[in-house]
Amino acid sequence: MAQDLMLEKWSGKISTVTIGATIADGGTRKHSIKIGGEKSLPNLFKEGAIPNKTQIAFEIWDAPPTDWPDELNKIYGSYYKDPITWAKTCVEKYKATCLCVRLQAAHPDFGNKTAQQEAQFIKELLKAVAVPLVIIGCGDDSKDSLILPACSEAAKGEICLIGSAVQNNYKTLAAALSADGHNIIAESPIDINIAKQLNILISDMGLPLEKIVINPTIGALGYGLEYAYSIMERARLAALSGDKTVASPFICFVGQESWQVKEAKANAEEFPAWGKETERGIIWEILTATALIQAGADLLVMRHPLAIEKINKYIEELYQC
Amino acid sequence: MAFSGLDIYKLLPKTNCRECGFATCLAFAMQLAKKAVSIDKCPYLSPEAKKVLESSSLPPIKLITIGTGEQKLEIGNESVMFRHEEKFHRPCGLGFVIDDSLTDSEIKDKLARIAKLSFERVGQKLDVNLVALKQVKDAKRFTEAVKLVSGLTTLPIGLISEDSTALKDALITLKDKRALIYRATKENFTQIAPLAKEFKATLVASAPDLNSLSTLTQELNKLGIEEIMLDTGNKTISEKIWDLTQIRRLALKKSNRSLGFPAITLINKADPYEEAMEAASYICKYSGIILLRNIEAWQTLALLTLRQNIYTDPQKPLQIEPKLYPIGATNDKSPVLITTNFSLSYFTVLGEVEASKVPTYILSVDTEGMSVLTAWAAEKFTPDKISDTVNKLGVKETVSHNRLIIPGYVAMMSGELEEKSGWQIIVGPKEASGIPSFLRNL
Repeated sequence: MAQDLMLEKWSGKISTVTIGATIADGGTRKHSIKIGGEKSLPNLFKEGAIPNKTQIAFEIWDAPPTDWPDELNKIYGSYYKDPITWAKTCVEKYKATCLCVRLQAAHPDFGNKTAQQEAQFIKELLKAVAVPLVIIGCGDDSKDSLILPACSEAAKGEICLIGSAVQNNYKTLAAALSADGHNIIAESPIDINIAKQLNILISDMGLPLEKIVINPTIGALGYGLEYAYSIMERARLAALSGDKTVASPFICFVGQESWQVKEAKANAEEFPAWGKETERGIIWEILTATALIQAGADLLVMRHPLAIEKINKYIEELYQC
Repeated sequence: MAFSGLDIYKLLPKTNCRECGFATCLAFAMQLAKKAVSIDKCPYLSPEAKKVLESSSLPPIKLITIGTGEQKLEIGNESVMFRHEEKFHRPCGLGFVIDDSLTDSEIKDKLARIAKLSFERVGQKLDVNLVALKQVKDAKRFTEAVKLVSGLTTLPIGLISEDSTALKDALITLKDKRALIYRATKENFTQIAPLAKEFKATLVASAPDLNSLSTLTQELNKLGIEEIMLDTGNKTISEKIWDLTQIRRLALKKSNRSLGFPAITLINKADPYEEAMEAASYICKYSGIILLRNIEAWQTLALLTLRQNIYTDPQKPLQIEPKLYPIGATNDKSPVLITTNFSLSYFTVLGEVEASKVPTYILSVDTEGMSVLTAWAAEKFTPDKISDTVNKLGVKETVSHNRLIIPGYVAMMSGELEEKSGWQIIVGPKEASGIPSFLRNL
């Protein structure tokens, strides 16, 4: 009996978001990256185009992180006081093709830098490295409302990805990014309806849907990963079926989530049955990323260089088909 | 394919004889559709109709059992493509391949390491499921090695060999153990199938494409083999995911019986990170058994945790019993921490309380398995609810002080809770990781 395959026909398509402006585009980046554009579920290349590979951004901070585990401190610790060198090291030594900078120094507990100081820092960073940038606030809403618009202006024309906009706080950021030509991160708390709603609100502010990247808020492996996994699958199915309001690429903060859990941090003396802590932390970041790629992640923000190297290799293999 | 009540009604005698115990044939049909009654209740069903209805009530993906006793592995019976639609039912088996070319002591060493791979997370035991011995040497060595393995492990055993003589001897050793045989191909199935039948072993049917795989399982069915797993051989990850997806879709959506079996994947990567990434992909995408080479605690812990995540029922998060739990050598002065009965919340708090070494009570409030913030938003973790729980679970009778500690994320309810409960409310840290220093400085 001949075996007919069962192919899904999708009418929708994920929008393509470009991060980074080259000289030809009016910026100063050496290259840009494209994410999204899928016409199929993850890996099912025979059903529809998956034109852009999942991209990885190295996460750096402009203030010394206080809660990163030793495994990361060993690698980056000497750069914590000098974020520009940290950024350059990621690009030159670890071949980062995209950086995600968290403006932690603006946080009242981490130095309370002013908007003007942060804007100056972004200008220096753009001069120091030529890769596309993702820029994230410090997590203090009132402070972020001041620094992010200033940084947006400082990076005008470079087409960064900046965030995060949330349901109760998106207007200032959306207006600023729209004026300066950047992309926006729309963050929703593991909730597909809020994700849709926020996309609509932001596009009403004048930033088109093609400029939005969804942060679905993920949990690490073992800590709620499955909630984000299913929200992403549901959103992707809706988008491919034609719902344009959720047809945005996903950004997932893999490093931030996976390096804070016990399994990634606890030492082997405390939990001998769990195996060596070096590998355990790295595999936690790796498998969190792998599962999210299988759910449709487009841009991963990660920390450990070996985890990033392995995930890049994995992404390459996914395209051998 | 599942029939609707009306589909079934068309096949019934429509005489409303009531002998089945229902007032009408239609009422009976509706119960049949819900699988609430057996079709045997209708004495007048034609043999043709009976056959159609019986086959329609078979699960689209057959349940396969490997091994015996407590550690037997049951896989299959899956009913959806995406876990949010219902849930993934039977967690895939994770096993390890061992070559018979290793020395006895090397094999023993590997088995000892596999035996240690047992973990507990959020109140569930996480275990590996299978040891598969691969024939590299001659039949004599294979049988010897199988004997060694079966004497040292209680896990179900797989046999990787295409040599029917070697397999027969090995299966005699494993009599009544419901082994797994890898593999029957279109070239060798006439020799291997009789062995699977004689020894009641599960047989992996292997073919590089779904057409020949489907033909092969039908041939095996004709030879009386029902316990089958599917394999499409060595491929890249995306090709493999394509095969696994098609097999699942065709079985579920097209009722294709010849592909209605769980699948098995073997991974051949030396680097444990790369092996884990490939295995993780197949845990997410429909493999029934995944066989690895590396035996590393950190790797297995991560993979079993992923399996636990993917196979959790999305409609029914893992919960624990709402109770006042004493942690450590508590007395009437010990602090009382309040959290939800969502397993992850409770066990995360528990881990930190244990790490703090401060004897503490944890009061888990019934939030129907929702986490702190979700439960608060859904009004399952309210001042009223918490006050009731405090009264009902006898906190007052257990401690002599008047203080309750609530999670930092629900600080906004502290005033109202203080009024409702009459207890003094202390706001704890937002993240569980802050608990040890919080308790020590209390």
